[in-house]
Amino acid sequence: MSDKIMAYRRDNGRVGVRNHVLILPVDDISNAACEAVANNVKGTMAIPHAYGRLQFGEDLDVHFRTIIGTGANANVAAVVVIGIEPDWTQKIVDGIAETGKPVYGVSIEQKGDFETIRLASWKAKEFVHYATEIQREECDMSELWISTKCGESDTTTGLGSCPTVGNMYDKLIPTGVTGFFGETSEITGAEHICKARAADEETGERWYKMWKAYQDDVIFAHQTDDLSDSQPTKGNILGGLTTIEEKALGNLEKIGRECKYIDILEPAEAPAKGNGLYFMDSSSAAAECVTLMAAGGAVIHTFPTGQGNVVGNPIVPVIKITANPRTVRTMGEHVDVDVSGILTREKTIDEAGDDLIEMIKRTANGRNTAAEALGHREFSMTKLYRSA
Amino acid sequence: MSNIPQLLVHDHEDNVGVVVVEDLKAGTEMLCVVTHDNSTFKLKAEQDVAIGHKIALKDIAEGDTAIKYGEDIGKFVGAVKKGHHVHTQNLKTKRW
Repeated sequence: MSDKIMAYRRDNGRVGVRNHVLILPVDDISNAACEAVANNVKGTMAIPHAYGRLQFGEDLDVHFRTIIGTGANANVAAVVVIGIEPDWTQKIVDGIAETGKPVYGVSIEQKGDFETIRLASWKAKEFVHYATEIQREECDMSELWISTKCGESDTTTGLGSCPTVGNMYDKLIPTGVTGFFGETSEITGAEHICKARAADEETGERWYKMWKAYQDDVIFAHQTDDLSDSQPTKGNILGGLTTIEEKALGNLEKIGRECKYIDILEPAEAPAKGNGLYFMDSSSAAAECVTLMAAGGAVIHTFPTGQGNVVGNPIVPVIKITANPRTVRTMGEHVDVDVSGILTREKTIDEAGDDLIEMIKRTANGRNTAAEALGHREFSMTKLYRSA
Repeated sequence: MSNIPQLLVHDHEDNVGVVVVEDLKAGTEMLCVVTHDNSTFKLKAEQDVAIGHKIALKDIAEGDTAIKYGEDIGKFVGAVKKGHHVHTQNLKTKRW
């Protein structure tokens, strides 16, 4: 298996596998202008979202990190930013500009949608010409930043698709790949194992403090019986998962047998301690988690599913892996890697890991994932508390 | 087809296993595989159990701990006979 891929090397050295021109709203009320620009200029993509007004403190920090991180992601060639006010629009523009990529900001107040759309459309068209002339070049697979999070899990994810991702990380992290895992609430029941998988004791203690704070400040502050059938979800339960402990132990199979995490990231924070595996404090809701990891810089996401989660992301290809033969049969259009042979004992975890690595390589080289082909572009902001 | 298992068990300490075939019928003499070392054993399914759902590997009393992956996955809130379905009707989290 060759370890070379054809990908996009950005000015800051990071390697991307897609070449999007984004029309990025700072806030919810700028969605309409962004969508109008994307309609005017083909080859661009608006990514509307629900928030950005009257947020403050840590919640606003997460919002800014998510928007800036999305624009800064190496899968993005250039960005037009539209916000209602000039100051926060400029803050986003400045954050993305640190990557060296072309970015243009325009604010709506005192212009209105028409003039904003006119200015933004001219710039968006220029960016499309720029982006479409960028060539893929030979890069090393080890330069990829690869995230994981599972969804609509069942007992087959812990037996098959999650260990497949774990095997991939055990093979690729030592080559220099940077990995992300997270889902804070969904480690409950396996926290002793997760704490022990830190690269050193201090990191493990920091991880445990972060996990415990979520339990105390969020779960126990708002607790309902079985978390209102949200964790495990109704879908998990239909698939045979009974308790959060059982779900967590299956979830944690995604980090394999050998790799250790070297640091803990805030939601949407980019890794800063070099190559290796990182834990990101994040929700277990699929779209929120993938959005945060994409904002942290992941360029490919590996997504094990049991009952059949259909999530995608606007800028990051999401590779779906399932071991459940019923899901392969009933929802085949969503499946990129079928590892159901693990359940029939016709395929080993090692072989399934190689299948996933091959699909990562093909995806990096340009193969559209099922989620991309089906138009799944879920972009969901994480909200820590009510706006002012 | 005869060597395709109906039930997978993660570890030898586990007292539950996972049905991995569709349409498992009561009375089936299941081929069970422990994935940890690929060892096998036989167990009779006493109920129809859906793919992905769990079956008790031995008689279990109310109050016992369910073990899967060799780890604690919750407490039994009802007794379960060997070969019977284990799920929300008889197993509950210890966490919330």
